[in-house]
Amino acid sequence: MIYREAGQFKTSYAADQQLFPIRQDRIGILILLAVVFLAIPGIASEYWFSAILIPFLIFSLAALGLNILTGYAGQLSLGSAAFMAVGAYAAYNFQLRIDGIPILISFGFAGLTAAGVGILFGLPSLWIKGFYLAVATLAAQFFIVWCLTKFPWFSNYSSSGVISAQKVVILGHEFASPREKYLLVLSIVAVMALAAKNMVRSSTGRAWMAVRDMDVAAAVIGIRLMPTKLLAFAVSSFYCGVAGALYAFCYLGSVEPDGFSLDMSFRILFMIIIGGVGSILGSFLGAAFILLLPIFLDITLPWAAGLLGLPFSNATVSHIQILLFGTLIMFFLIVEPHGLARLWQIGKEKLRLWPFPH
Amino acid sequence: MFKHRKSVPTAAISIALLAQGAIAAEEQFFPVLSYRVGPYGANGQSFFGGFVDYLTYVNLKENGVNGVKIVWEECETEYNNAKGIECYERLKDKAKVSTGPIHTMSTGVAYALIDKSKEDKIPLAMMGYGRTDAVDGSVFPYAFPLVTTYQMQASAILRFIKEREKGGLEGKKIVYLYHDSAYGKEPIVALQEEAKLNKFELTLIPVAHPGNEQGAQWLKIRQENPDYVVFWGWGVMNQTALKAAQKVSFSRDKMIGSWWAGSEEDTVPAGDAAKGYMAATWNVAGKDVPLIADIEKVVYGAGKGNLQDTSKIGTILYNRGVSAAVLSVEATRKAQEKYGKGKPVNGEQVRWAMENLDITDARLKEIGATNLLPQIKTSCTDHEGSGKVKIQQWDGAKWIPVSGWIEGNKGLIHPLFQASAKQYATEKGIAPRDCSKEK
Repeated sequence: MIYREAGQFKTSYAADQQLFPIRQDRIGILILLAVVFLAIPGIASEYWFSAILIPFLIFSLAALGLNILTGYAGQLSLGSAAFMAVGAYAAYNFQLRIDGIPILISFGFAGLTAAGVGILFGLPSLWIKGFYLAVATLAAQFFIVWCLTKFPWFSNYSSSGVISAQKVVILGHEFASPREKYLLVLSIVAVMALAAKNMVRSSTGRAWMAVRDMDVAAAVIGIRLMPTKLLAFAVSSFYCGVAGALYAFCYLGSVEPDGFSLDMSFRILFMIIIGGVGSILGSFLGAAFILLLPIFLDITLPWAAGLLGLPFSNATVSHIQILLFGTLIMFFLIVEPHGLARLWQIGKEKLRLWPFPH
Repeated sequence: MFKHRKSVPTAAISIALLAQGAIAAEEQFFPVLSYRVGPYGANGQSFFGGFVDYLTYVNLKENGVNGVKIVWEECETEYNNAKGIECYERLKDKAKVSTGPIHTMSTGVAYALIDKSKEDKIPLAMMGYGRTDAVDGSVFPYAFPLVTTYQMQASAILRFIKEREKGGLEGKKIVYLYHDSAYGKEPIVALQEEAKLNKFELTLIPVAHPGNEQGAQWLKIRQENPDYVVFWGWGVMNQTALKAAQKVSFSRDKMIGSWWAGSEEDTVPAGDAAKGYMAATWNVAGKDVPLIADIEKVVYGAGKGNLQDTSKIGTILYNRGVSAAVLSVEATRKAQEKYGKGKPVNGEQVRWAMENLDITDARLKEIGATNLLPQIKTSCTDHEGSGKVKIQQWDGAKWIPVSGWIEGNKGLIHPLFQASAKQYATEKGIAPRDCSKEK
């Protein structure tokens, strides 16, 4: 009843092609933006900013990057964490070695550096596909981490190989508090998510999807495979690279190559599988599920155990938490193999019919 | 409807009462960022078991620190940096009222907390791990690599070899076999400086993580035929190295490990191959230490022990956890002496105490911790406080100390820390404190 587009007539091409064609969606997204930009900074505590919101946004961005490559262009990759590492180290080195460079330019350059490396490791995709390509991108994961460990120049000859991110200063203002960092990360993520949403419905995005669905057919209708695939690698790595730079500068503050392990790449892959492959919203939902559910269980389980009077030690709670987490992943994949984003879509369709389903 | 209305105010009152109870005035809070599951869960269980047992012991034996009961809250980090930060943020609000030093037992988590802990004024202890150049307290006011650091340990091991060889290291061949990570790479600078000074030949051989295949490395060691192998291993790499050494028949008593390569978890799985192997440590193993025996009697006697597997009591890592807790409690005691006996102390006050620790052998004897750990005397310029290790040898069943406390070459190593801290300060734009003005 509420969510129905009856009476919304499109009178121009522009109106028909806009990002959110349904008025309710437009209002919803504006309310959402108002809440995250205006309300949350006012009410959230420091714990929420540093432990939940900032990592959630950063991993959403990384998942978004992987989703462009895997979900839209159909190229399976296991190197997302490595591209984040490139972004983090590149941003650090740009800040260190170029005097007075604005931090946002550094982040941009970090993304471009990651894009360059991404193109390099995307080359095998021209010859191999599917699981074989996944194994080839594993090479990126191991090579980049090895490279950052092996050559001390990258970490400015720090004896341990750990880099400590510089201060984040924009136009003379230092972004020091968790609230300010949250707003910075949020702005970058919002702009980049909007760009991604636009990109995937442009001719570029359509070409990606054509390649994903059947590359021979795509080639027959005149899509050049090489530039299309490499562009997907470049854009995806750019997103991961910026996410990596934010991870170092706005979240952890200090990073080491070993932190960007295969484990992290898998987590980002799980985020898009749970959230929804080939969906912008899915990247956010997946990141929320993988990051926030363990924390939620971690906080509620001891409380529930206390309420029921069960003698749970900390270790037992952690084991149960891992167990529950795994079960929930399986549950969601069985209930909806296309991810949480698909659930949302089904929900919307049901809402359009409500309260008179036929 | 009406029923609900009635219960709401009651619930609100009881919640308010609970909240008050949680932050009672006469309690000293300790945030414990522990890990008992995950890849290094076994190590964490021993260490944090020892840590928590000593806190319980102080509560039972002396009714807390000068009557201030110690309370703590554990948060599971799984040795994972992101989880570590989440835990820290979760416990931070309580820790701002009163706190003991935070121990993470994880270099990654410690690194991530260095800036945050300074902002929040919560002291961070990194005993035998973490950022080593934090020895220079002028740049790192809130970070304390207490007791000793990797570089000082490497230097102390070389001094031990020198004494054992009765003469010098000149012309000797020493191989440094290390875990190719931040942990293994940190001592290299120190070893190179020592090689220049003592004129021995140093060969660096890295092992990639996790190090369960070391055939090539040990082949190279056999070709080199060094006088000693200094070994910086971690996890599964340790037992693999011992077995590989046996295979190429390199004498195990010419092999000296770091303190993360010298626990029962490393030697027992290697079986026969570990016999004769030596490792550095800054705390001794065993129940001979009166304090450890007393903890077993008092805490486990009262059924309040933290460990389910009591065979871990007296292992290297358990005793290390106790040592960490001893220093933390001593720091709060010292802070109370200055800021008011019988009152909880906050992070700033504990920080001062940690910078002015003076734990003599006499004090250690009072606690019952004679020889458990070396004497500690810290200052603004020296957040390490000791720099001493013991060398212990595995006799096939237990660790036996084979040396006294050996100090690394401070004159050589500490300037390296200062240079590194200075570089950090310029990178981050920190103005170092003037240590001569600190009291």
